[in-house]
Amino acid sequence: MSVLLVLEQGLNGLQFGVMLFLMAAGLTLVFGIMNLVNLAHGSLYMIGAYLAATFFGWTGSFLLAVALSLLATLVVGIVVELTALRTLYERDHLDQVLATFGLILFFNELIAILWGRAALYIGVPPALAGYIELLPRLRYPTYRAAVILVGLAVALLLYVVVARTRLGMLIRAGASNRTMVGALGVNIRLLYTVVFGAGAALAGLAGLMAGPIYAVQPGMGEQILIQVFVVIVIGGIGSIHGALVGAILVGMVDTLGRAFLRPVLSTVITPTAADAAGPALASILIYVLMAAVLFFRPQGLFPPRG
Amino acid sequence: MGRRPRAVVVVAGLLLLALVPPVAAALAQPFYVDLFRRMMIFAIAALSLDLILGYGGMVSFGHAAYLGIGAYAVGILGFHGIESGLIQWPVAILASALTALVIGAISIRTSGVYFIMITLAFAQMLYYLGISLETYGGDNGMPLRTRSQFGPIDLRNPYAFYYLVLALLVLFLLLGARFVNARFGMVIRAAKSNEPRARAIGFSPYGYRLTAFVIAGGMCGLAGALLANQTEYLTPDFMHWTRSGEIMFMVILGGIGTLFGPVIGAVVLLLLEDVLSAFTAHWQIILGPFLVLVVLFAKRGLFGLVPDAGGRRG
Amino acid sequence: MAEPLLAIRGLAKRFGGLQATDGVDLDVVQGETHAIIGPNGAGKTTLIGQLAGDLRPDAGTMRFGGRDVTALDAPARSRLGLARSFQITSIFRDLTVLDNVALAVQAHAGHSFRFWRSARADHALRVPALAVLASVGLDGRADVLAGNLAHGEQRRLEIAMALATKPRLLLLDEPVAGMGLEESQRMVGFLGALKGGLTIVLVEHDMDVVFTLADRISVMVYGRILATGTPEEVRANAAVRKAYLGEDAAA
Repeated sequence: MSVLLVLEQGLNGLQFGVMLFLMAAGLTLVFGIMNLVNLAHGSLYMIGAYLAATFFGWTGSFLLAVALSLLATLVVGIVVELTALRTLYERDHLDQVLATFGLILFFNELIAILWGRAALYIGVPPALAGYIELLPRLRYPTYRAAVILVGLAVALLLYVVVARTRLGMLIRAGASNRTMVGALGVNIRLLYTVVFGAGAALAGLAGLMAGPIYAVQPGMGEQILIQVFVVIVIGGIGSIHGALVGAILVGMVDTLGRAFLRPVLSTVITPTAADAAGPALASILIYVLMAAVLFFRPQGLFPPRG
Repeated sequence: MGRRPRAVVVVAGLLLLALVPPVAAALAQPFYVDLFRRMMIFAIAALSLDLILGYGGMVSFGHAAYLGIGAYAVGILGFHGIESGLIQWPVAILASALTALVIGAISIRTSGVYFIMITLAFAQMLYYLGISLETYGGDNGMPLRTRSQFGPIDLRNPYAFYYLVLALLVLFLLLGARFVNARFGMVIRAAKSNEPRARAIGFSPYGYRLTAFVIAGGMCGLAGALLANQTEYLTPDFMHWTRSGEIMFMVILGGIGTLFGPVIGAVVLLLLEDVLSAFTAHWQIILGPFLVLVVLFAKRGLFGLVPDAGGRRG
Repeated sequence: MAEPLLAIRGLAKRFGGLQATDGVDLDVVQGETHAIIGPNGAGKTTLIGQLAGDLRPDAGTMRFGGRDVTALDAPARSRLGLARSFQITSIFRDLTVLDNVALAVQAHAGHSFRFWRSARADHALRVPALAVLASVGLDGRADVLAGNLAHGEQRRLEIAMALATKPRLLLLDEPVAGMGLEESQRMVGFLGALKGGLTIVLVEHDMDVVFTLADRISVMVYGRILATGTPEEVRANAAVRKAYLGEDAAA
């Protein structure tokens, strides 16, 4: 277990964390502003991945595929918002959970019908193939490095929009007092659609970047969604800042745990016991983390004041 | 239907369930005994969820975890040679109740969206734990070597097993009805109806909610033990969160907060799945929107359409 | 002199940039009816929230019946004998009127970990509940769903629930809010009959109600108590008249 290995896994953790952040930012915004629990957020991620693969297959151009799939996911998101989700804003959380669960079943099956249930193989785009040399003996896949950079760039962009623009001010105001923003004459419906669309685009971005790294198959959205929930609960629902901290934390803990828990354990208990306990513990590590955070701060690390 | 239509429906429904085995035997279709038994097992799971969801307002999206724990209790004990149901089933209940105690103790300190996400996350955690148990089949799961042994009652006899499940269902309906109308149930219902008001008159809901959560978990654990016996195979999928969604759908479809509604919901949903899957392998694409429509337009559920003793509907 | 039933010292609460409660000292004597008045935004609601136990003060102490209750939450205070009604009607809308009051009785009848006997058939709960309902004139509506009551009836139900807990101190947040003239007068009459036996802290905007019922009045402005005294003393107080009743509100 070398320092370089730890660094490499640390970077992987950062990469995973960044993708979690893209998902978490959209989800937490939608919850904070529209008070909507949207389980179907993972479906947008899945749609982004499938559309990117398809467009790349049709056009052969990575950039075109990225642009088209982002646009298409945005459109799908807005259509879903206008048709199905509008009616849910006034409903209680139980209704929202059940209805969006129904949407998940629908989208998963739709994807299965159109693309089949088998996992798709998405290759790394040629321009981003290969490795870059970060340190003399540390080579890191270019693609993953690109993902990290894109994710951090988006985080910066979100910070600028939320903290420095008028739209961002509306978002922050809406997160702490929805009715007041409406009463001030802001077009709430438009704001909601914009926010939801932004969330959909972020999920789609995460999805299209996920293709070459993770399995692309029906149900992929829910796998990551639950981890996104953990991120949001840890970070504080409604807080983008919390989402970033939570995402990096969860990404690191999960990745480093899976990589190093078994070797670390086998220094204190027998290797066979570590072989059994290691992977099991690693898979539940982030939930233990969530439980620990909740024990001390049930509202998460950075709950927005409201 | 007289002054108590709901009571009539309940009795009629239970009678119909009791008649399934002789009718199936007469028609030489033993498959129906199997199918309805499966429905009753899920009815028990859905009933346990209704206790905390319909009466307590606790949207636990991880209830299927207890189904899995109960099933694995039976499976693991059986794997190690302990095949007596008199040991397996109490362990199943106890293990589920204890897990519910731990999960509940943390989750019930939160509310609303946090509660939903946290219960979902913990259930998924147990699912991943189940997958990682290589000795017990990992993500393939494992077969049950033999059904739980109960001496005189042989669960390999499909009729004996059927009536045992029916008896348990009736027992839980009775117990549930007493719980929700007793002082304990009234506190839970008050806290759901208006929590600040409940606190203002002197109730601290946490302890009562946690107790309800544990009871529901234990009950669902028994359903899990029954399910393992039913399918003679258990997999981590018993605990998958989509299973939790399915059980919740049964509660809503049948009638939330009515105890018998979930029974109807289980029967109808499983029947629907059975019929739809005969038409197409992609039946979920119909079920998904159906769920959305039920939530938007028929939230009171099927049993909710039957007026209760006060002439009120839903 | 006997210790006041409720003694507040230096209570303070801040919300972001707003000091909603700014060092409040208040004594409520056993058996008195004490009204708290003040313009909108004076901080009355925040004060009530802290008295009831819904809000934690940033600083200061509260003693109730000789005990320090500053750290106790609302249910604990209720169990010590502090009952409240809400400004915006807060009842169990989907339960019957009788259920509502019986629950209040139940909350003070030991623990509720009883799983078998029906609470609705329990005489130990029904009888006292019906008695309280009769005293507010709602016994005829016992089996109606609380959500189906008229507004004034719901306000009466609020009071009934508070009374059913056999409180030592009754905290009333605008009890006649939204009531018509006749109903208000009935409510005032009812509350007047409770005086003496029960200690009442009353937040109200309706000055007629205040001057009819109150033994003493505290005037709140900008989170502080401006003056405390009998109705006559407060009416005559120049600072109060300037800040609240208006310069031209002659005697």
